[in-house]
Amino acid sequence: MCLAIPMELTAVKGEAGTVRMGGAEKEIRLDLVEDPKTGDYVIVHAGFAIQKLDKEQAEKDLALIERLLDSEVEGGA
Amino acid sequence: MRYLDEYRRPEPVRACIREIAEALGDRSATLMEVCGTHTVAIFRSGLRNVFPDRLELLSGPGCPVCVTPNAYMDRAVAYCRRPDTIVATFGDMFRVPGSSSSLEKERACGADVRTVYSAMDSLEIAAQNPGKKVVFLGVGFETTTPSVAATVLAAVERDIKNYYLYCGHKLVPPALRALARDKDIAVQGLILPGHVSTVIGSEPYGFLCSEFRMPSVITGFEPLDIAQGVRLLVEQIAQGTARLEIQYKRSVRPEGNPKARRVMDRVFKPCDCVWRGIGNIPGSGLEIAPEFAGLDARANIEAEVEEERVDTGCICGEVLRGVKKPVDCPLFGSACTPVEPVGACMVSSEGTCAAYHKYGREG
Repeated sequence: MCLAIPMELTAVKGEAGTVRMGGAEKEIRLDLVEDPKTGDYVIVHAGFAIQKLDKEQAEKDLALIERLLDSEVEGGA
Repeated sequence: MRYLDEYRRPEPVRACIREIAEALGDRSATLMEVCGTHTVAIFRSGLRNVFPDRLELLSGPGCPVCVTPNAYMDRAVAYCRRPDTIVATFGDMFRVPGSSSSLEKERACGADVRTVYSAMDSLEIAAQNPGKKVVFLGVGFETTTPSVAATVLAAVERDIKNYYLYCGHKLVPPALRALARDKDIAVQGLILPGHVSTVIGSEPYGFLCSEFRMPSVITGFEPLDIAQGVRLLVEQIAQGTARLEIQYKRSVRPEGNPKARRVMDRVFKPCDCVWRGIGNIPGSGLEIAPEFAGLDARANIEAEVEEERVDTGCICGEVLRGVKKPVDCPLFGSACTPVEPVGACMVSSEGTCAAYHKYGREG
């Protein structure tokens, strides 16, 4: 019941918006997030955005993952 | 899919598992994943099989469908039987048994029951069927409740007069307090729900550390998130600390989502409520605020509700509290299966018993 995934906001129309994930687009509600903009990634649950993804934090996570993978390769693991 | 796939790559997860084993050393540890979504995610990812054997994971009561009492389903069934009423519901309530029937059974007998993905869809059903009453079954924790609140506000704004909410929403922190006090539960760390926390933030969990010295980590749902959350907990146990941490930082901020909470707090007020198998937990439920009483199904729609039948022989309550495992229940896999469920834990897509049954776990 707590399923929610990050999706990219491609259009904002008042309290409604369009999100894209992979090749699919769908309409969702934006009543619960402040100042949504196209290009934002939002966490979507049951047809509503419940939060904006913190892209800066996510990029930090990804950089850490990449560094870990590089060091594994170097270490011959 | 960006910001999703990267957390599913096996190599970082393997590295994290090694760190867990190292931090655990010779000791054993028991953790509880509070949330049903975590139970399923942990099974589905295969992580249960690669965590060290000395690490035990118990499932908790964080499945809002599983903890919905028979009495709630019985009233929902009664609404189904009104010819002037359409009952709209999230899909995972559809097969949940009440005392003698379910929404599925009622629909088979001709009732107008519709499953929706979003609460807003139920409002559209009301708009398109002005001659009928539409009752939406509001079930879910703080992840879902703000969206239902937003739908109530939209109903008022659009002046849709035939839309009603049957509120069964519950709150997680009071349930955690009840768990932390429960002497039967021996858990050394809590995996806290990432999406509930996306809404409520980390502050409501402070008492877990300050009053109960319980290490707690707010964790996401992808394999790497779960591995990292478990690692943080095992490291705390090894160090003897009791801190509240956020693993799922890309979604959970300490302050949560204040706008979502304002919407939720405007439409709902806390109340006492009964959790199936557990009993009354003070302040753990939500009821509709007086301003919106006109949309309260309980107050406005008459229903002939049968007497609640509670004793079925299943041990759902102990399973939900992590005191027993599904395999300990005499009905598990025999009288109670996903095809013929006795209790909600077997029906719900995130029920502990359903997960154990599906993934073939013997305990």
